[in-house]
Order: sequence, then C-alpha cells, then structure tokens
Amino acid sequence: MEKRALFSSKFLPYMLLLPQLAITIIFFYLPASQAIWQSFLMEDAFGLSSEFVGFENYRYLFQQPEYYRAMVNTAVFSTAVAVLSLACSLLLATQADKNLRGGEAYKTLLIWPYAVAPAIAGVLWIFMFHPSLGTLTRPIRAVGIDWNPLLNGDHAMLLLVLSATWKQISYNFLFFLAGLQSIPKSVIEAAAIDGAGPLRRFWTIIFPLLSPTTFFLIVVNIVYVFFDTFGIIDAVTGGGPAGQTTTLVYKVYADGRLGGDLGGSAAQSVILMVIVIGLTAIQFKYVERKVQY
Amino acid sequence: MVESRRYRNIVAYLVLLVGVVIVAFPVYLAILASTFDAATIINGNMPLIPGDQADENYYRTIFVGASSSTREPVGTMMLNSFIMAMGIAVGKILISILSAFAVVYFRFPLRMTAFWVIFITLMLPVEVRIYPTYKIVADLGLLDTYTGLILPLIASATGTLLFRQFFMTIPDELLEASKIDGAGAFRFFKDTLIPLSITTMAALFVIQFIYGWNQYLWPLLITTKSSMQTIVIGIKKMITTQDALTEWQIAMTTAVLAMVPPVLVVIFMQRLFVKGLVETEK
Amino acid sequence: MAGVTLDTVRKVYAGNVEAVKGVSLGIEDGSFCVLVGPSGCGKSTLLRMIAGLETISGGTVKIGDRVVNQIEPADRDIAMVFQNYALYPHMSVYDNMAYGLKNRGTPKDEIEKRVKEAARILAIESFLERKPRALSGGQRQRVAMGRAIVRKPQVFLFDEPLSNLDAKLRVQMRVEIKRLQRALGVTSIYVTHDQVEAMTLSDKLVVMSGGQIEQVGTPSDVYRRPETRFVATFIGSPPMNILPGKVEGPGRVSVGGQMIQVTDMRDGLAPGSAIEVGLRPEDVQAGTGAGFSALTMDVDFVEELGATQLFHGKVAGAEFVVQASTGQIPADTRSLTLSIDPSNVHLFDPQTTKRLGRV
Repeated sequence: MEKRALFSSKFLPYMLLLPQLAITIIFFYLPASQAIWQSFLMEDAFGLSSEFVGFENYRYLFQQPEYYRAMVNTAVFSTAVAVLSLACSLLLATQADKNLRGGEAYKTLLIWPYAVAPAIAGVLWIFMFHPSLGTLTRPIRAVGIDWNPLLNGDHAMLLLVLSATWKQISYNFLFFLAGLQSIPKSVIEAAAIDGAGPLRRFWTIIFPLLSPTTFFLIVVNIVYVFFDTFGIIDAVTGGGPAGQTTTLVYKVYADGRLGGDLGGSAAQSVILMVIVIGLTAIQFKYVERKVQY
Repeated sequence: MVESRRYRNIVAYLVLLVGVVIVAFPVYLAILASTFDAATIINGNMPLIPGDQADENYYRTIFVGASSSTREPVGTMMLNSFIMAMGIAVGKILISILSAFAVVYFRFPLRMTAFWVIFITLMLPVEVRIYPTYKIVADLGLLDTYTGLILPLIASATGTLLFRQFFMTIPDELLEASKIDGAGAFRFFKDTLIPLSITTMAALFVIQFIYGWNQYLWPLLITTKSSMQTIVIGIKKMITTQDALTEWQIAMTTAVLAMVPPVLVVIFMQRLFVKGLVETEK
Repeated sequence: MAGVTLDTVRKVYAGNVEAVKGVSLGIEDGSFCVLVGPSGCGKSTLLRMIAGLETISGGTVKIGDRVVNQIEPADRDIAMVFQNYALYPHMSVYDNMAYGLKNRGTPKDEIEKRVKEAARILAIESFLERKPRALSGGQRQRVAMGRAIVRKPQVFLFDEPLSNLDAKLRVQMRVEIKRLQRALGVTSIYVTHDQVEAMTLSDKLVVMSGGQIEQVGTPSDVYRRPETRFVATFIGSPPMNILPGKVEGPGRVSVGGQMIQVTDMRDGLAPGSAIEVGLRPEDVQAGTGAGFSALTMDVDFVEELGATQLFHGKVAGAEFVVQASTGQIPADTRSLTLSIDPSNVHLFDPQTTKRLGRV
C-alpha cells in the first residue's frame, strides 16, 4: 500500500531520516557487525593481539558441555514458561470474556504485572520462596520437601519458571481476550444451535478460531523467555547454582564479563542473532498470512 | 453469550478471583515487608497483616538508601530511572515520527533501503550485541551518562512501524486538501499530522516509558558510579551481597517504589496502554 | 474569474497505463461543467490534473490565460470539494474554513469576515465551533463547500461530492450546489458517475469513457442526440434499448422483419447492411398511431415503480424495456404492440458504435 499524494523534496526526507539512521547504524549495525567479525578472531592471553581463526570459536563452543547445558536450560525454560503462561492466561481470558459484571475491573487487576520489571518480579519471587525467610517456604518444608532454590538447580529453575510466567500472564491474557472478543458471537450461537455444549464449543469452535493468536503468542513468549528474562535470572539465581539456570543469553553476558573471552562471547551472540532472525521470520510468515485473510 | 447459567458464572468469578490473588500475592508480600523491621522479616515468620515500620522504611529508603550495599538514596535512583524512561520514550517518539513521515510522504532514492535498515533492527535486541555496543558507548565517552543510557535504546523499528501504519490510515485527500490550502511539508506535519497522531504518540509513550523504566541489562553494563544507578539495578545490588547483610525491609520497600510509577501508568492509562501494546505487535 | 482550457491533456501512469488519452476541452468562464462516466473512465484523473494533484504527462492545462502545468495546487487559485470531504478532523469548522486563508497570510479580520459570510450563505453559522465528527453528513458537506467558498477562487472543483450522502440528502444538496454556483458565478468542474446529477447540474455535459471524451454538449443535446452507443446507453434511465437491425433503404430499417421509419438517418447506407437501432424505454408507446411504425414485444414481467411501470421482455429476440404510466397498459399483458415515432429512433454503426444520423 502506498500513498497517492506526496511531497517532493530532494533533501528533506534524508534530513528527517538522519537521526534514526545515525543511531541505528552506530548502535545496531556497527556492534552487530563487530560481533560477527570478533567471532572469527581469537585474542592472545593478554588481549594485546588478535588473530583470524575462522570458525575456531564456534567449533570450540560446540565442544563445551556448558554450552549444550545452556541450550537445554533455554529450551526447558522457554517451553515451560510458554505452556504454563499460555494455559493460565487462556483460562483467565475465557472466563473474563463471559460478560461478567465487573469484567473491566478484573481486566485491570490482571494486566498490571506487565508493568513490573523482570528483575523486580524476580526479587518478589525470591523473597516469597527464599530458603530461610520466604513466606511460602515454611508450608513447602512442612510437606517434606527440602526446598532450597539457592542450592538445588531444579528448585531454582522452577522458581524462574514461576516468576517468568507470573510476569507474562498479563500480556498473553490481553491478547487472548482481544482474540476472543473478535470471534463473531453468531458463530458461537450457531454452534450452540447445532447442539454443541460449552466445552465442545470451546475445543471445536473457539480454540481453532483463536489459533492465529495462540501461534503469535507462542513466538512472542519464546522471544520473551530468550531475552527479557535476563533480569529475572540475574536477580533470582545469577545463572546458578553451578550454571544450572544459565540460559544462552545469560551465558553471553557471563562469559564476556567474567571470562573476558570476547571471541567466544561474540560467537554466542552471532548464534543468538541467527535464532532471533529465524523466530522473527516465522512471526512474519504468520503476519503475512493474517494479512491475506 | 449463548447461555449464562448462574453456576457457570460463579465458576468464572472463582477462576478470575484465584487469578487475581495469585497475581497480587507476591506484590502484597513486598508491600507487607516494607512495613516491618529487618528482624521480623528475617526470622521467616512475617505476619500477613501490615506492621508499623512503613514510615521509617520509606523515609530511609528514599532519602538514605541501604547502608551496606548500594549506599545511595533510592530517591536518586528513581530520578535516574525517570530520566532514562522519559528520555527513551520521548526520544523514540521524536526520531520515529520523523522517519515515518519521510518514508510515507516522500519518494526518494534508497527509500526502501532506509526502511529495511530500520526494519531489521526489530531482529536485533540489545541482548545479542551487548559487548560491542558497550565498547562503542565507552569509546564515545558515554559511560555513566544519561546519553549513554538513553541513545542506544531509542533506535528501534517499533515506533517507526507504528507511525507508518497510522499515517497509512490517514486519507490521501487530507494531504491534497492541505496542498490546495497552501500548506507545504512542514505545515502539513505541524498542523495536521502531529495533532492527528496525539493518541498514537500517547500509546507509544506509555509502552516505551514502561520499557525504559524496566531496563536492566543495559544500565547494569554501562553504569559504574552508584549515583547513576537506576532503581531496578539498585534493588538487585541490595539483595546479592552476602545474604546476612541484605536489608530486606529496604530492598522490598525499594521494590514497591520501583513498581509504583509503571503500574500507575498502566492502570490509569489502560486504554492507551492496551492500544500501544496491541498495535506495536502488528 | 476564469475559464479553463484543456489541450490534448494526457496522463500515463507507471507501466504505460494511459488513464487520460489526449483530452481537449474548453470550459467557459462562469459555466458549470460536469464530467460524467463510469468508474475508471479518467474523469477523476482529469479533475486532479486540473487541481495540480496529479502531474500532467502531456498537453497543457490553462486557467484563464495562464498555463498551470508546473504550478503548485495552492497557487492555481482553485478550490476543491472531495468525495470524503477531507475535513481536518482535529480542527473546528471555523478553523477548517480559515486554514487556507491563514496559510496565505490573509489578515485576521478579513478571515473572520469571509468565514462568517460563507457560513451565513451555507447556514452553518451555529456550529462553527464544532469538530467535524460532531456533524452530520450533510453538514460536513456544507463545511467542505464553505472551505472552498471562503477562498474566492477562480474555479471550483468537485470530486463526486454527493456520493457519501443518502439519496434524499443528495437531491437536496444537488439543488443547493446549483443555486450556489448560480449565485457566485464561479466556473465549476464537477465529476460524478451519477447521470441524474450530471443532467441536472450541468450547463455543459462531458461524457467520458476509456480515458476519452465521448461527447460534449448541453444535457438536452446529449440526451436527444447521443453521438455514440455508449453515450446513448449511459445517459438516461432505464438505459436505451439497442436492437439488432438491417438497413432497408433511405429512412427505413427493419428489426426482426418489422419495418421502422427513421427521421434521422445518414444517407447512402447500403441496403442489407447491419445496423443497431436504439429506442428509449420512455419513447415507445403501446398501440398504433398514424405515421408511426409498429413493433411486437413479448412481455416477461412488470416492475411497479408507482407512477410508472416497466415492462421487461423481448423484441426480435433482444432484451427490451418499455416505460409506461401506470394503468396505461394492463399489467397482465403478455404481448404488446408498440408504436415508434420515427423522430425517436437512434441508429448506430455496429462496428464503430458511432451515431448514423444526418451529417
């Protein structure tokens, strides 16, 4: 779609674009290309000289068990958060879609966690489940579980999943609610006349019609867990205990800061870029399809 | 709805109530903790009704700060967060409305190239290029400055795409009428486009203010001076020092303070917030 | 005030699509010219070229004595009323009307005087402070006209200004536009696809098709003597019936073996050659008459329009419609004998579709 009516000027459009393009090039393209370039370099021990080593950094990366563990952690983390938060928010959205009295108030009460910073969300949850002072730790211990997310990797991951899910529910809820409200009531009424009960209506009519929203949210949730949960991880576990909650993004940060292995960190960045581009491409395919409807 | 039988509504209310409670509970605990002294919290048996230390905690947090870790009044951190959030939100609106105006209302060589150069940044969140970006900001001497906090985060495609999408919905005839009324590009932008874009700008502002306020990784990297810390970084530093030294009452008071501005924005600008959220994702 | 002169004006879009194929037209100062044609005929493009909203690919456009091809719309001394009105939604009615004057640096009190004056003429004084969204369609239409009037331009351009209104309002606004144009005496060019609007408004009617002018004339000229089959079927409602016929001799054609006398027929047409015979539904009568030819029609069904009835059926195998006052012909008639006035018969060349009347 293009505009029919336009202005004509030789210089003005470039002046208008200049601020955005300058910032984009300096802070996006320059660093991104440097990351790609650095991923092919290896520095000597003192950081004085570097040498072109081809794919050596990548090869080294894929020989490290820690890297595979970070991949597995990321996969487990994203899957768990996506499934859990989508399920919870779909349940809440279907209930909120029932034209209840006070429905708008419920909406407000459910969407505000979107505004809470991931790191703050992490702090709230570690406070709640802190091994020595958490309010909910005592009941868990009382049923015989030796709860300690600071020492037990599984507990740490569970806590991350819960806090990341808690923060993401509001977002998914909003989109599911919008999706549900855009389904024509007549379709649902037709199904009711055709004799489908509420549960059957949900699975045979509403859920399939909602699938574009669901698909979109799955991609968004995966991207969210990849990147936005950095603050949660850093606040709750710092990637520990013993790297058991280190995700791919967290590893880029930790390796670059602690290890000073810029080549290796850069190679990890490049792999992440490829993953994001892949995810975004999938999302666009979805958007394209939506446009055609 | 087709049939709204009473018991089904009761189930719906119950489900929503449980959801609201789960969503609110962690925050309720934080608010509780901000009303007790350190000892009450540390023994792991904090009462579920508020205590009487709120005045003391909030006063100390805002004006003094945690004594063992950050040693910076949280008031300062909030100011830093506010400046960063405002800078990001306003900066983003400014540069993206200009570039969208150029891309939509002009035809010029390399137009599509410029559009794609901006568009592709959607795929490169700051997290995947942290160290090279850090190095550039350091080379420019922007560490520990507001400019360094703000600039790298204001360039992104979302704003440009949002404005572009909005501009495309403005009828061509409006520009044609302006032309006949003797308005050039600048007048059309100022007299017609800006006033029509107010809602879109406000929606983008709400989303970007929250985004800016909640930034974590970037300020963590480029602020070294404690006087430049944002509140989200500050609170994290308060609880990662030696466990025994964590002043939980201060940390949780800080957490509450960190949540107040963005949560208020969401609650009171809910309509704009929803619009911004839904439309930036298109 | 000024007339408008078009000289072989062309518009070629990217991809070599020729939207306007060399149109020449003179519009006299103070006259009301209507461009009518089906969508895609190039009428809007032509208007937009006069306004300066489209570049001119070839030919010249003159307003008064000035060639305006390279002149910005703002400097052409024209005003335009758009189909969707294109009111600035964020400005009050007053500011909408004043905007063009402000941009030209007109003194404030002069602006106020002119806006008030225009508002009085259009009877919109009571909502000068309102925003366009608080107005009804008809009121918006008036504001759009007001915006044009205050500028006191040389030429008014109207781009289908009534098509967003409901039928009743459309008739009312049509009358008002005509009255206003008469009162102000400003040269007006009006684009529409509605042939009733075109007939009622115009001093000069321009029928366009496929990027070209089919016919120019007064509305009654065009109606009485359509130059092409296209004009014949486009102007008039219900459209003119076209029957396949054969030349029998001077002033005589036949349709399905039935003879028809024709007053307006070109000389020297070869007997036996094919010809198209056009008859308006309102020009044929039931029954027989002295000096009139007769045609028989098989009636399929009748449409009741209140004052008139439309009889649908076939003459010599071709679709045919007859319009008659209600009650004139019994509604259950299955077969009709029609009498044809020789002066109401239009003949067209089947190949070129041009009128085969007297030269």
